[in-house]
Amino acid sequence: MSATAGTGGPRAPRESGMIVAPGHTFTSVTDKIASIALGRRTPWFWWIGTAFAFGLVMMLLATITHLVFKGVGIWGVDIPVGWGFDILNFVWWIGIGHAGTLISAILLLLRQKWRTSINRFAEAMTIFAVSCAGLYPLLHTGRPWMDYWLIPYPNTMGVWPNFRSPLIWDVFAVSTYATVSLLFWYVGMIPDLATLRDRSKRLTAKIAYGMLAMGWRGSARHWQRYETASLLLAGLATPLVLSVHSVVSLDFAAGIIPGWHATIFPPYFVAGAIYAGFAMVMTLAIPLRKLYGLEDFITAKHLDNMAKITLATGLIVAYGYAMEAFMAWYSGNVYERYMIWNRMTGPYKHMYWALIFCNVISPQVLWFRKVRQSVGALFCMAMIVNVGMWLERYVIIVVSLHRDFLPSAWGMYHGTIFDWSMFIGTIGLFLALLFLFIRFLPMISIFEMRTILPEAKVKEPA
Amino acid sequence: MSAPRLYGLMAEFENPNDLITAAAEARKAGYRKMDAYTPYPIEELTEALEIHDSRLPMLVLVGGIVGGILGYLLCWWCSVVSYPIIVGGKPFHSVPAFIVPTFETTILCAAFAAVLGMLALNGLPQPYHPVFNAPRFALASRDRFFLCIEAADPKYDRDETWAFLTRFSPRVVMDVEE
Repeated sequence: MSATAGTGGPRAPRESGMIVAPGHTFTSVTDKIASIALGRRTPWFWWIGTAFAFGLVMMLLATITHLVFKGVGIWGVDIPVGWGFDILNFVWWIGIGHAGTLISAILLLLRQKWRTSINRFAEAMTIFAVSCAGLYPLLHTGRPWMDYWLIPYPNTMGVWPNFRSPLIWDVFAVSTYATVSLLFWYVGMIPDLATLRDRSKRLTAKIAYGMLAMGWRGSARHWQRYETASLLLAGLATPLVLSVHSVVSLDFAAGIIPGWHATIFPPYFVAGAIYAGFAMVMTLAIPLRKLYGLEDFITAKHLDNMAKITLATGLIVAYGYAMEAFMAWYSGNVYERYMIWNRMTGPYKHMYWALIFCNVISPQVLWFRKVRQSVGALFCMAMIVNVGMWLERYVIIVVSLHRDFLPSAWGMYHGTIFDWSMFIGTIGLFLALLFLFIRFLPMISIFEMRTILPEAKVKEPA
Repeated sequence: MSAPRLYGLMAEFENPNDLITAAAEARKAGYRKMDAYTPYPIEELTEALEIHDSRLPMLVLVGGIVGGILGYLLCWWCSVVSYPIIVGGKPFHSVPAFIVPTFETTILCAAFAAVLGMLALNGLPQPYHPVFNAPRFALASRDRFFLCIEAADPKYDRDETWAFLTRFSPRVVMDVEE
């Protein structure tokens, strides 16, 4: 490491496989990351991005207002396709959130040090994605002002939710997931908020960060409990994240619709979630590192590792598709066989083959080192995966529903303009929250970055 | 007005190794009421200061067990006692179905126990603490390492402790006012 440090200041380590560029110190890492949140001048691209995202949020609000006045009929959902964009976007967003928990919890337990520079904004991404996801089922109830009925609370009607229903499991799983993710994210930020409190020059910023930091002073006794709490939270979040997408998949698997009623669903959904989530982390990390000049912290090694995980989970997802088709044939069940044949050759066949192209064929390019090291290629790949995972949910939900058992009950489904404005609006909400986060909070974990620097290495006592 | 009471003496170090040496030596010399302040967690420092506190994992275990029991009781009481209604031919007491909400409440309560327990044991939120009176203490959240021997320690003596801390080549030793 000292050989490369002598070549004149921090440099982006393209080939070296390092997780932080040489030449960085506690001081330089702290100042670089803190300055993004504390800097007086807001960069031009932040204003453009935020204005664009808030424009989309306005569109979302207009759509929701119209929806509350008119009802869910403004969406394309009808019989036989009662679950359309609303549920597929719910599953898509929840899945995206999963990479954040995976990076912060599972990779922490596996002691993968490279997670350090990407875990904070991946966790933020989780929370914002879950916020977008949560909107859909809440609005899909049709009377969102009565959504509190989903919660078991003593009421004058004397009724309680049905705990045998996967839909109430969803309420428990998603709300627990949102709460625990928020706790994890906030606790992870406390020492960095203390850094911002100590580094900020403006009184308002000092007070705001000071309150959020809760008087953190970096005491050794505190750090010991803090580290214990982080590990325990990681240990709790790991089974939680696996349970959340399993429960989401049970919304389908517990039904009898051909194409839903399959035991492979929970693991296949979890792998798909991680696959989609890493693609989204790359979608965000690649522009962010470029715009904020963070190539020293989010290095080629990070992108390479994320690409490998995307490839691995992509292969599991491909196995899932293959098994769906195999089991449909092997079961000998006429409805199952028709379901898969209809997916491949029916009215939505272009969706199915686009899905196979996005999620099975195109990720194979990630086997090549050249592709994994090309930032542009990775970004394109991540976008293809984002689209592919959306198509997967479309195929599972809409195409399974539109032709089930009785041909007399068949129908077609297409999203209306309000389906699209709601979907694009939630993308705006996600981006708007992300822009606010980047401007006001430390987007990379500063204290964890300090631990991976060479200066942090403790010498053995002589 | 009399001179402000001292909370203790604080030494500032430029790297973790000096701090760990100083902390271990201070412990050996018999100092007990002291604490170190660092910009990131250092395992060796915890060992040097002989910090052993295993209450938090116990709290989390209790939180998880309580959450699990309450979650299961909720499902059981609602479905069997308060509002027994047959849905899809399932028994009132549908054990497999109740596992999912039970699992989620277990995790939820354990996570709350971990976070609130950590904050409570650390005494946070804490609006005021004397160490922030040390002039250069803001660097503890950036790139410096501090060791504070408190006046409450029985072995503490302003001059002797000062001389003791100076032995470990700190960048500076300073008084911390109460």
